[in-house]
Amino acid sequence: MSSLLSFTILGLFTGAAYAIAASGLVLTYTTTRVFNLAHGAFGMVMAFVFWDFSQRQGLNLFLSLFLVLGVIAPAIGWGIQRFVTKGLGEGPVSVALVVTVGLFVGLIGLAQQVWPPEPRTVPPFMAASGIQLGDTYVTAHQIITIVISIAVALGLYVLLNRTRIGTAMRASVDNPELLKLFGGKPDTVAALSWAIGISLAALGGILLSSVIGLSYYDLTLLVINAYAAAMLGRLKSLPLTFVGAMGLGILQSFAVAYLPSDGFLAGTRAVVPALFLFVVIVAMPQAQLRIGQVKGIVSAPLPSITKSVGWGGALLVFVALLVGGGMSTANLLLVGTAATYAMVMLSLVLLTGYGGHVSLAQLTFAGVGALAYAKLEQPNLAGLFLAAAIAAGVGALVALPVLRLTGLYLALSTLAFGVLMDKMIFQAEFAFGFNGTLQAGRLSILGNAIESTGGYVLVMTLFLVLMGIGLLLLRRGPLGRVLIAMRDSPAACGTLGLDMRWFRVGLFGLSAGMAGLAGALFAGLRGTIGAADFQFFNSLPLLLLAVVFGVTSVTGATLGGVGLMLLPVMQSNNPGIAGLIFAILGFGAVALGRDPNGLANLLFGLGRRIQTVVVPQLRDRLPVLPSRRDADAEDGELADLLPDTPDSTGKVPAHV
Amino acid sequence: MSDQLPHGQHGGAHVPLLEVDHVVVQFGGVTAVNEASFVAEAGQVTGLIGPNGAGKTTCFNVISGLQKPTRGKVRFRGRSVTGAPVHRRSKRGMGRTFQRLEAFGSLTVRDNVRVAHDIHRGIVGLLRPGAKDIDALLERVGIAEYADERADSIPTGTARLLELARCLAGDPQLLLLDEPSSGLDESETDDFGDLLRDLAAEGRGILMVEHDMDLVMGVCDTIHVLDFGSVIASGAPGDIRRDPAVQRAYLGYSDEVPEHELVGASTGAHVGTHVSAVEETRTDLVPVGAATDATTVIPVVPAAPPVPSHGQEPPR
Repeated sequence: MSSLLSFTILGLFTGAAYAIAASGLVLTYTTTRVFNLAHGAFGMVMAFVFWDFSQRQGLNLFLSLFLVLGVIAPAIGWGIQRFVTKGLGEGPVSVALVVTVGLFVGLIGLAQQVWPPEPRTVPPFMAASGIQLGDTYVTAHQIITIVISIAVALGLYVLLNRTRIGTAMRASVDNPELLKLFGGKPDTVAALSWAIGISLAALGGILLSSVIGLSYYDLTLLVINAYAAAMLGRLKSLPLTFVGAMGLGILQSFAVAYLPSDGFLAGTRAVVPALFLFVVIVAMPQAQLRIGQVKGIVSAPLPSITKSVGWGGALLVFVALLVGGGMSTANLLLVGTAATYAMVMLSLVLLTGYGGHVSLAQLTFAGVGALAYAKLEQPNLAGLFLAAAIAAGVGALVALPVLRLTGLYLALSTLAFGVLMDKMIFQAEFAFGFNGTLQAGRLSILGNAIESTGGYVLVMTLFLVLMGIGLLLLRRGPLGRVLIAMRDSPAACGTLGLDMRWFRVGLFGLSAGMAGLAGALFAGLRGTIGAADFQFFNSLPLLLLAVVFGVTSVTGATLGGVGLMLLPVMQSNNPGIAGLIFAILGFGAVALGRDPNGLANLLFGLGRRIQTVVVPQLRDRLPVLPSRRDADAEDGELADLLPDTPDSTGKVPAHV
Repeated sequence: MSDQLPHGQHGGAHVPLLEVDHVVVQFGGVTAVNEASFVAEAGQVTGLIGPNGAGKTTCFNVISGLQKPTRGKVRFRGRSVTGAPVHRRSKRGMGRTFQRLEAFGSLTVRDNVRVAHDIHRGIVGLLRPGAKDIDALLERVGIAEYADERADSIPTGTARLLELARCLAGDPQLLLLDEPSSGLDESETDDFGDLLRDLAAEGRGILMVEHDMDLVMGVCDTIHVLDFGSVIASGAPGDIRRDPAVQRAYLGYSDEVPEHELVGASTGAHVGTHVSAVEETRTDLVPVGAATDATTVIPVVPAAPPVPSHGQEPPR
C-alpha cells in the first residue's frame, strides 16, 4: 500500500513537471500556430544555463532561478518568435516543423559545444528536507514541484481570463488579423506567449534535471511527454493538458513499479509516453480541410528524362572510377553509406518534397528494412524487395491510424513511432537484441554474389540512380501531378473527388518502402548491423540535411546523402567542434527551412544563369575581341538582359 | 417554392437537384448560417446573394462538405449527403470553385485540369494518363492561351475560370461557383454569363455566389438572398430586385419601409424583422416571368425602384 502511495506521489511529481512544460507548449502553439518541436531542447539548454549559474559560477540559487526564468528564457523566447518563427504559422506545416527540428538539433549541438560531456549534477531544491507520510518519504523537491505546477496553472488562468493581454492572447488564437483590426497587437501577443512558453520549458527542465540528470538527449526527448500531455488537450485546452500530464506521470510511475523489469514488456516502461501520444493522436477527431492556406510553391525544375539518365550515368561512372581507382575499403564503405542516406533522402523527396508531409523517423523505416533483410536471410533480389515491402507495410501502418488527420499529427505519430522502435522493438530479442547486432549477407543478383565492397557500392549506386529516375518518372506522370496538387490544395483535391486518406497511406507506405530498400542494401554493405545504426534521433539531421540541400529534387537528395555521410566523419576528425557542426546544421536549417528547394536550387539557378546570361555574353564576345566601344555597349546589353533574369532565376519554368 | 420556377418543373414527385434544409452553422457563439433552406434545380442557374458576411461561403462549405453543419440537412439528387466526406459528394456529381483561390499553383493551367480529369477517372486515371481533350475544355472557358503557364502566375479572373474548367473536367451535375466573375472585365463577364447559360442548357445545375448584380440578374433563373445567415427572400430576379427586405439588407433601408422600422432594422434585430417583412411583402409580388430590365443594379440605384417592363425575358 505504501509503495502505491509513493509511486503515486512520484507520478504526480513528474506529471507536475510535464504539466509546466506542456502548458508552455500549448501557449505558444495556440497563439502562433507554430508547434515548437524544440520546446524540450529549450528546456534542456535552460537547465544547463541554470547549472552553469548555480553550480559552476556558484551564484545564489534564487538569483540563478530569476536570471534563467525571468530574463534569459523570456528573452530567447521573444527573440525566437521575432526572428525565427514569425509568420510560420500561416505557412505549410512542413516548413514550421523543419524549422523547429532545426532548432532542436541546433540547440543540442550548442549545448554539447558549450558544456562538453562531463558528469554534472543539479541538486534538488531543499535537498535535506521532506516529510514523512506514513511509510512514504516525500522530498521537499517533489512538493515544491507540485506546488509550482498549481501556481503555474492558476497564474495562466488569471493571465488568460483576467488581464487585457490575456484576452488578446485568446483572441489571437482565432484570428490574429482580426485582432489587429480591433487595435490589438498580435506580434506583441505572440512574443509574450513565446517568452512565457520558453520560460515554462526552462522551469520544467530545471525541475526534472535534478532527477533524471543533465543529459542532452533525455531532457530534450522529455518533450515527447509534454507533447503527449498537450495532445490530450488537443493543443488548446490548458486544464486538459494538466490532466494529461498528471495522468501520464502516474501511468509512467506505475509502469516502472508494476511492469516486469525483464522480457519484452520491460521495453514498454520506456515508451509509455510515446504510446500515450500515439493513442491520444489516434483518438483525435477528424480534422477539417483548411481552405486558403497553402499556395503554389516554387519548386525545383524537373529535368527531362534524358538529362536525368545522363546525370545518373555520370554518377555511376564517377563511382566506378572511385572503385576502380583503388579506394580503400573504409572509404568505399563511406561511399556506400552516402548512397544509403541519399536513397533515404529520396524517400523524403517523395514524402516531403512532393507530398508536403514530414516524417521524423525516416531512418527508422530504413532500420525496419535492414532488420527484415537480415532476418529473412535471403540475400537476393527477392529478399531485398520483400524487406522493402515489409518496411512499406510498416509505413502504411503508421499512417493508417492517423488517416483522418494531417500534417502535424502525422509527423508526431512518426515521432512516437521512432521512439517506440528505438526503445522497444529494435532492442527486443526477436529483433537486434539488447545492444545486439545481426549478420546480413551481401546481395546476390541472379545467382551472382557481389562479394567485393567496390562492386557492392557500385550496385548500390545503381539502385540510387534507378530510384532517382523512377521518382522523376513518377513525378512526371499522373500520380506525381496529383501529389503536387494535394500539396498545393488539399481542399480542392477533395472537391475534385480524391479520397486523400488512402492516397496519404499509400504515399507513406511507398516512401517507407524506399527507405526500407536503402536500409536493406545498407545491411548487406555493412554485413553487421544493429539498432545503433538506425537511431531515431539521427532521422532529424537526415531531415534537416535533406531540406538544406533541397528536398524537392533528386540532386538535393544525392548531395544531402553525401553531406549526412560526411557529418560523423567531420565530427570524429574534429571532436573539439563536434557540437558546433550540429549547431551549424541545425541553425542553418532554420535559416534555409523556408525554402524547401534548398541549396540544390541555387545550383540549378546558377546553371540557368550561366545559360541565359553568361553564355550569350560569351558568344557575343568571342567572335571579335571587344574594343573600347564594345565595352561601353556592354552596359546596355546587360540592361536588355536583366528583365529576363527574374524569369530565369526566380520563377521556374514548369515542364509539361 | 417550385411553382415560382420559370422552367415549369412542377409536380409533387419532383426532386430538386440540391436541397439545403434548415441548415444551421455555429462557430462558438456566432451563428453564421441560421436555418437556411433553399434549393437549386438542374438545368438552371441559381444565385445566392447577400451582403458580406451573410453566410454564403459557409453555405457552400456545408454543401460541398468542407464544413459540418451544426444542424440541418443537405440533400443532393434526392439523397442526404449531410455526413458524406468531400470526395464522395464530388463523386456523386458536385463540383465547386473557391472564393479564395485554390488553384494548384505549382502546376500549369493545363496540368491543373488534367489532374482533375485523372482524379475523376479514379484509379485508372492515376495510372494511365487521360484521353479527354483538355485543351478543348480550356478553350471552352476561354483560357486556352494560358495553358502552359503556372497557375500561380495567371490573373485572378483567369484563375477563377481555371477552377471552373477544373470542375468541368469531372463532368459535374451541380456546379457551386463562389464569386466566379470577380477579376473579370466587362466583356469577359458577358462571355462568362453566356457560358453559364450554356452549361445550364446542358442540364447542369449551377449555384452561384456572386456580387456582380448585372450578371446575377441577367443570368439567374432563381435567386436566394441570404442575410445574417437566413434566407430572407427567394424568387426570380425581378421579384428579388423589388423586394424591400432585400433592398434593406443591402442598403440598410428601403423606400417601401417606414422610417421607424428602418431604425429597428439597423439596431440588430435583423433576422426576425426581415423574415416577417418577407412574409408581408410576398403577397404583392409581381407574377413570375415579369422580369425587369436586368441591367439595373440594386445597390447602385436604391431610391428609384426599377420600372417593370412586362413580358420581357431576361437577356440570355
